[in-house]
Amino acid sequence: MLREDAASATLVDELVRLAPRSGPVTVLKDTRVLVVRVGDVVVKAHPPGTEEGDLRRRLDAAGELPGVMLAPLGLHRLDSPDRLDRLDHLGHAEAPHAGRPSGRLVTIWPAGEALSPDDLADGTMPQDAWESGARLLAHLHASPPPAAMPPAGGPGRLVRAMVELAQVGDSAETRQIREAYRTLAEPLHVPDPRAAGRPTDDHPTAGPSSADHRAAEHHPARHISAGHRAAVRGPEPSRGRRHALTHGDWHLGQLVRHEGAWLLIDPDDLGVGDPAWDLARPAAWFAAGLLDPELWHTFLSAYVGAGGIAVSPDDPWRELDLPARALTVQLAATATVTAMRAGSALDDVAAALVSSCGRIVAAAGERRQGEG
Amino acid sequence: MECPKCRGHMRTFDRNGIHIEQCDNCKGIFLDYGELESLTRMETQWAQQQYAPPPPAHGGPAWGAPHGGGHYGHHGHRNRSWVGMLFSS
Repeated sequence: MLREDAASATLVDELVRLAPRSGPVTVLKDTRVLVVRVGDVVVKAHPPGTEEGDLRRRLDAAGELPGVMLAPLGLHRLDSPDRLDRLDHLGHAEAPHAGRPSGRLVTIWPAGEALSPDDLADGTMPQDAWESGARLLAHLHASPPPAAMPPAGGPGRLVRAMVELAQVGDSAETRQIREAYRTLAEPLHVPDPRAAGRPTDDHPTAGPSSADHRAAEHHPARHISAGHRAAVRGPEPSRGRRHALTHGDWHLGQLVRHEGAWLLIDPDDLGVGDPAWDLARPAAWFAAGLLDPELWHTFLSAYVGAGGIAVSPDDPWRELDLPARALTVQLAATATVTAMRAGSALDDVAAALVSSCGRIVAAAGERRQGEG
Repeated sequence: MECPKCRGHMRTFDRNGIHIEQCDNCKGIFLDYGELESLTRMETQWAQQQYAPPPPAHGGPAWGAPHGGGHYGHHGHRNRSWVGMLFSS
């Protein structure tokens, strides 16, 4: 993929030029996003097709959460459309409207000290990181969402993972993952806070049906267009619980230490949603037997102890069960796609997640039998 | 003293505050008043320390994996892949 590497190198140069000061350059991430550290700032090119208004609202919200989220230093749009933008078929599926600028959106951030896999080597860092992350999420969820905040991006990530899974072909694993996906309630749009008071049935993406469900697996474009609205609804969390400020993509890589304090980074999926989704990834790891139960309980206790609203303290799985199933499916799909594209067998972690999908399907079957 | 059962010789032992007599011949044991209760209490305490599972702090889902292997993240291959997952979307 030499040409893409070249395009990526050009984009790195453009990001370096946007940094306010020169300094040593390190590419921190090169996936859907490109993140480059230049001296004491980090410059990030957001995914092609990112909606500018939504990103602005997310950045503004992050800027108004001192002590919880890292505040951005600036937002730019690259003048020229870069190659990646034109290549990205998912971006095209969003049907750019006339006059939409096609250059990548770029944000500038103070460089924090990121928690990295190396920190886990000595075995002392994880507990502190888990507790700090839990407390920051609790504070985030307790913050009132600013007006006109877009929906949180977590459910959209599940949908993208399922679309990618549909593209890699068929295997025993992919069938198991799709079956587990079907145990989630029907895809339903998360009530958009900006359309409050409007009956949800008015919305073109509302009215979930088994047809929509099948579309999720076979029509990438359609599904992506419903991307950030599609969600899976569970056993009715209370209204407050479903309308909290939610990070949307939390994992240990989303923690940095800046000026002595841990902060959350990456507001790309920040928005209004069910905050239990922010706990769902570690919950899925725990349920798959991957995350040490002690670390999981440390995390959850710190969250509840800091006043976290996402779960009932006496029965957290009431709210966690559905989002944890959703994240299990998403993580299993992503890991399986990665392995199939590389032509390699599933590693232990991927296999544990696919097994988890199998248990989800079995548990759903038992529940149906119990009801029938 | 003499064993009430076989008339053998009984030897006295003191263990952790419990005073017992054991017959050298039939190995039968004689307990003083209240010592059976003391033994029972100590046995219960010991069993609680040994076997009581940690309180189920937050429960788990019906579809959760059985935990208890105690092997989290120690194996080379699994460790790399697992640590990667902790840090990626």
